[in-house]
Amino acid sequence: IRFTLLFNHYCLLILAKAGQFFSSGHTNNWAVLVCTSRFWFNYRHVANTLSVYRSVKRLGIPDSHIVLMLADDMACNHRNPKPATVFSHKNMELNVYGDDVEVDYRGYEVTVENFLRVLTGRLPPSTPRSKRLLSDDHSNILIYLTGTSRWNGFLKFQDSEEISNVELADAFEQMWTKRRYNELLFIIDTCQGASMYERFYSPNLMALASSQVGEDSLSHQPDLAIGVHLMDRYTFYLLEFLEDIHPASTANMNDLFKVCPKSQCVSTPGHRTDLFLRDPGNVLITDFFGSVRKVEITMETINLTAPMVPVSELKTESQSYVDQLPVAEIIHQKPKQRDWHPPDGFILGLWTLILLVFFKTYGAKHLKHIF
Amino acid sequence: LWKFMSAFQQCLSPWKFQHPLSQQQFAEEERQWEATEVKEADRVPDTMQTPDVPPLTPAKDQFQEELVIRPLHSGDIYASFQFRTMWDTDFLRGSKVSHYRLFPKSLGQVISKFSVRELHISFTQGYWRTMQWGQPFLPSPPGAELWVWFQDTVTDVDGAWKELTNVLSGIFCASLNFIDSTNTVQPSASFKPLGLGNVTDQRFLRYAVLPREIVCTENLTPWKKLLPCGSKAGLAVLMKSEKLFHSSFHSQALHFRPVCQDWKCKSTVWELRQTLNVVFDLHTSGQGKRGERSLKCYSMVIMQACVVFPLQGELFELSPTTPLLSQAVVLGDRRTYSVYDLTNQATFGQTRSLNMLLRWRAAESGDMLRPLLHGERYVAGYGLQTGEIHTLMYNNHPYRAFPVLLLDTVPWYLRLYIHTLTVTSKGRDNKPSYIHYQPSKDRLRPHLLEMLVQLPPNSVTEVTMQFERALLKWTEYTPDPNHGFYVGSSVISALVPSVVAMDTNSTRECPLFSSFFPCKEESSYFMRVYTEPLLVNLPTPDFSMPYNVICLTCTVVAVGYGSLYNLLTRTFQVEEPSPGLAKRLANIIRRLRGVPLL
Repeated sequence: IRFTLLFNHYCLLILAKAGQFFSSGHTNNWAVLVCTSRFWFNYRHVANTLSVYRSVKRLGIPDSHIVLMLADDMACNHRNPKPATVFSHKNMELNVYGDDVEVDYRGYEVTVENFLRVLTGRLPPSTPRSKRLLSDDHSNILIYLTGTSRWNGFLKFQDSEEISNVELADAFEQMWTKRRYNELLFIIDTCQGASMYERFYSPNLMALASSQVGEDSLSHQPDLAIGVHLMDRYTFYLLEFLEDIHPASTANMNDLFKVCPKSQCVSTPGHRTDLFLRDPGNVLITDFFGSVRKVEITMETINLTAPMVPVSELKTESQSYVDQLPVAEIIHQKPKQRDWHPPDGFILGLWTLILLVFFKTYGAKHLKHIF
Repeated sequence: LWKFMSAFQQCLSPWKFQHPLSQQQFAEEERQWEATEVKEADRVPDTMQTPDVPPLTPAKDQFQEELVIRPLHSGDIYASFQFRTMWDTDFLRGSKVSHYRLFPKSLGQVISKFSVRELHISFTQGYWRTMQWGQPFLPSPPGAELWVWFQDTVTDVDGAWKELTNVLSGIFCASLNFIDSTNTVQPSASFKPLGLGNVTDQRFLRYAVLPREIVCTENLTPWKKLLPCGSKAGLAVLMKSEKLFHSSFHSQALHFRPVCQDWKCKSTVWELRQTLNVVFDLHTSGQGKRGERSLKCYSMVIMQACVVFPLQGELFELSPTTPLLSQAVVLGDRRTYSVYDLTNQATFGQTRSLNMLLRWRAAESGDMLRPLLHGERYVAGYGLQTGEIHTLMYNNHPYRAFPVLLLDTVPWYLRLYIHTLTVTSKGRDNKPSYIHYQPSKDRLRPHLLEMLVQLPPNSVTEVTMQFERALLKWTEYTPDPNHGFYVGSSVISALVPSVVAMDTNSTRECPLFSSFFPCKEESSYFMRVYTEPLLVNLPTPDFSMPYNVICLTCTVVAVGYGSLYNLLTRTFQVEEPSPGLAKRLANIIRRLRGVPLL
């Protein structure tokens, strides 16, 4: 009897696991990795993007599911003392460029327009497949942006145009409306990176940034042979963290939030999870960075007579369209400091001038009616 | 599984290596000769055969690979890889091709969809220095060059061209989608088809060049994936990107054209040639002087072969020697080559490796054979308004004159003054016998100039044209406009007279590197020379000006307004300084007494 009890218990466990097995929301993974800066002294941004590319490929996402955008060519740049290589560690320890790399958008093709078109899927019909983001509503997408931004609220593309946080939030909303993602992880490594995710309002978005508003994101180390800084700090420690992850790893997002504390990064990395419906502690790193297929091998036969209620069904009922909220009501990691600015002196002075000219012309006797 | 294994088997065979022993120049060659005939009917299992299915015709795909290594007179090493895949299919008659064996499927689908008859695409980094290195086997201009002959069944060639460039940009990870009407031309006389066929209607030809295009590993990766075995076996294993890009010249190209199947030429097959030409620099590869020279040490998955070669001969020694010697005439030069046949197990000897060492004998080499045709181009003039393009063509033949066809494509923002076109040789005017000029339209098409010029023997012909630089709209500037704007290379095509009788039988088995350009006459051979691309500065606005203007305006407004405000609102009042303590006390007492105050 005990044996049959155990057996029944075991079957129930399997049935429960089967329910959980079918409850996962995503079936495929995509990655959009963008480096937005041009010129040799921005070598580190290309190295940042390539190190995330390398990790993502290593964990299983194939080239056909990665849209890699590099705004300038560092590997075969004539200033590179070792052509066809991009190093992330000084003393040339790790070549993140490798021998098997496919860049989809390169050079002048990396523009704000192309980036937004890739996200929203509005590309001209002759665009080849490798340049498209062919995600569906069961795709988990990882979006990684790196570049420079001198002020808060925008990211510079190739030093000639910018993408603002509002545009980005609207692009994600278009993606949500068109059901182009199941869950989206947005990582940005730039100065004042947290300003870029302030305006998000679509559900199932998780965002990480390398620095808060008002802080600069710093670069890690220069290499004296190459002559430029090789990586940014946040991505350097992110790469170190990801090198320990393998496809079967059970590390979750809370570990990712702890990457690069202030002591290592000098800036304070931030994250935003209020729009994300699952608990970050239950989200595996490989849900976004890897392309892990759920395969469970079992020798028992399971009789699936009763209809399986996937756990996600309950979740889909609670998923609702998040109303667009004004910025002030969006939860921040740190309370937003609202400084009081005196009214603009120019406007005040202009009105005063007009009033005084009026009174001087028509006489000061009218003044007493005002004051 | 069987199909996969048989395809893999071909690439697993070792290579042939040839080396020359001639008076002036030496070259080594590796060749792998694989002719595979696979009968489809044999492999269809009996259970699948039905009487309704017509018997499948046997597909005879062939694959050949070759590596020619030639030490150049400047001490550099020129390595030329050629891979040829022959595709026996007939997609013209509407039968859809669905089985690809050796021919890459991605390319096959593109070719059949856009009805392409010939496709030539090359990606080059660096410029070929003809005077120091001689003539290349397959010339290519710096940047990316694409020219396509469409079938005569295509109705909308421009639409097909646009889609084709986009698809190719996805396949090769290059920005070929920047090819549009502003850099596409239809040459009328140059770029005749290199394959079979007698259709030469210029409407079906499109030519474009992107001189700014960078070549890097991301272009090599998809190129290698088009080979039947990829980079896993065969000569392609030698292609390591870190070594290939650390060179003076790197060019990878793909040529697709119809050729005769055999010497009878009853039927045509489609030939796909993938070529990789690299010139390894003497100084960057470690050895500063011409001493013992090791090419590169490659470790291979299948066999260990460190290609390091010494040569025996007048100029250099090569070991191990091989009894196989072959003579070939390429580019008008008869040379003897040492052939190392890697399909032959005897080449490898006891160890499963082939080490070759090249050792230069003398410090100074003899005189290099001067290339017969050579071109140069530069921009003359000063300032940002006007300039002059000078193209120089050198004919180094001592007594023969021959005509050359010069093709110039100049972007619309350099406005050419064609009335200032002058062609002079030896100080005298040289009138071209054929000129085809298509003027540019702003933002629509570039200038196209084709001329047939007769070059006198042993002379320099100079073609000059004046131009004016246009001011672009501010959104048309690239993010780095101060780098300058590129003008693509000029193309000089000629039938150069040869001192050596050339072999006109193009279908005989001969090494790949000598059989690319079809040879029609015994006494001359076809040559194409590319000049340097030009880099011109256009008048560039100062993009920080909007910021400067705002600062200046605000300063002016602030200063002006501030002064005006003061003038209007400032009034002067006389204010007496407050009296001292003593005086104030005295005033209080006086007030009490009723006496006037101080």
